Amino acid sequence: MRVLGIETSCDETGVALYDSDRGLIGQAVYSQIELHAAYGGVVPELASRDHVRKLLPLLQEVLEQAGVRPREIDGVAYTAGPGLVGALLVGAGVGRSLAWVWQKPAVGVHHMEGHLLAPLLEEPAPSFPFVALLVSGGHTQLVEVEAVGRYRLLGESVDDAAGEAFDKTAKILDLPYPGGPELARLAERGDPGRYRFPRPMTDRPGLDFSFSGLKTYTLNALREELAARDDREQTRADVARAFEEAVVDTLVIKCRRAVREMRVGTLVLAGGVSANRRLRERMERMMRDEGGRAYYPRPALCTDNGAMIAFAGYQRLAAGQHEPLAFSARPRWPMDSLAAV
Amino acid sequence: MRLLAIDTSGSACSAALSIDGVISQRLEHAPRRHGELILSMMDDLLRAQGLAVTDLDALAFAHGPGSFTGLRIAAAVAQGTAFAAELPVIGISTLATLAQGCRRERGASRVLSAFDARMGEVYWGIYVADDQGLMRPMVDDSVCAPEAVPLAPMSGETPWFAAGDGWRAHADVLQRRVGPLLDQGLDLADADRVCESQDILPLAEDAFRRGQVVSAYAALPVYLRNRVASVPPRSEPPGPPLR
Repeated sequence: MRVLGIETSCDETGVALYDSDRGLIGQAVYSQIELHAAYGGVVPELASRDHVRKLLPLLQEVLEQAGVRPREIDGVAYTAGPGLVGALLVGAGVGRSLAWVWQKPAVGVHHMEGHLLAPLLEEPAPSFPFVALLVSGGHTQLVEVEAVGRYRLLGESVDDAAGEAFDKTAKILDLPYPGGPELARLAERGDPGRYRFPRPMTDRPGLDFSFSGLKTYTLNALREELAARDDREQTRADVARAFEEAVVDTLVIKCRRAVREMRVGTLVLAGGVSANRRLRERMERMMRDEGGRAYYPRPALCTDNGAMIAFAGYQRLAAGQHEPLAFSARPRWPMDSLAAV
Repeated sequence: MRLLAIDTSGSACSAALSIDGVISQRLEHAPRRHGELILSMMDDLLRAQGLAVTDLDALAFAHGPGSFTGLRIAAAVAQGTAFAAELPVIGISTLATLAQGCRRERGASRVLSAFDARMGEVYWGIYVADDQGLMRPMVDDSVCAPEAVPLAPMSGETPWFAAGDGWRAHADVLQRRVGPLLDQGLDLADADRVCESQDILPLAEDAFRRGQVVSAYAALPVYLRNRVASVPPRSEPPGPPLR
């Protein structure tokens, strides 16, 4: 079965083709980072306007890459939510219309389910059940995954997502947009021993997160240290390092707690922030110590992409799930309301 | 000629099919439900005639101006449909479509189309019927404050029809603006008129005959309003400048 996947929920236009026998056979992503950089964040209207220009050229590129004719596609999956409504409707409208003309089934996919299942595209793939940490600019969630479509939210951020905290703190450090990866680069040059920042909400039970206080703490620390010292560049790097250590440590502590509580030996990392090198290393080490294993996809499958939507869509289409001749966007969509497969 | 037209630019959602000039239409007043309805309307119309999408000569859509999200829904559906069925696409102005509806229902030959564009502005077009009864623009469609809408020579034998909800939101200002140019008065009965896909068809058929078609890739909205975001002032860095 060949499934076309379309992702347009935020600031990346993604298209991919998944073949159940051969795996990923084509994929292309266009990132709007430069478009939004001047505004210091994603402008929803500009994002939507760009998706409607970029989607078909990407589709053509993917078909050529895969050497597949449109009639050889067996189903279409598009991100139906959560995300920006105007942006989602572009992918949904194009995707649902393609399927209508091709007379093939279509399915609206939950964006976070896409992220969550993306590690299954890799070899070796994790097996169920597992605990997943979804970390991106919009989400920080711990999810218990029994099978495709059987998700239970264990904990989530009560304020900023981890990626959002990275981006906002990067802004404080005067790093270019989007700051998360830039902050990680700056932190490489930082001395891990110079500052120790708090690990929010780790001193109490539970699996929720909070990162907005840490961001404020970082702002204040930076102000004080810059005023008190001469080594500006090193201080910035040291502060970035202390911030990154605090976020990574917090995520590791909560993940350890979750795998212990759920008594599972498999942890899956997904979402844009899971491309962070330090986070991956620390999670791998932690899971080894726990006698288990951590899984994460290659960086291209961590950030938003069409491949994860094609794959999640395939799971649902293969189980006979599909949608009527209509499309809609679901900006807020609790993941535990999804149907089992 | 076999043409299918769609419009999701405003509060109504519609699709219309023309087979050698015989027209059928589906229309529903359906704010924010365009995505739920539009494809089944298209499917219904084709099924009723025993046709497949690939039997069409072209696909037409109302490309704007109008609700940004609505315009993108029509463009996305036009793109997906035309790409998959390998059809040429024709984009038609919503202001022209509205004027054409005024022509069809009320016999208007001169129409001032105005949609409420919010933010104190209107989308504005001036349309006059040609000898085939097709509404042609006298000025380019525009977005501007009602007191500054572009004008054209408006004297003549027949009255002007004022169509579209821009005339409900800004009737006084618009009338003051165009009043001095009119010598046959202004018919204000069409302020609640909305776009209907059947009125895209005659304009699209004409465009098709003239070869004014594009590929699916170029089926894009015409927003008119392009200032949609402003660059924020750079935030103050903490303490002394960092660089």
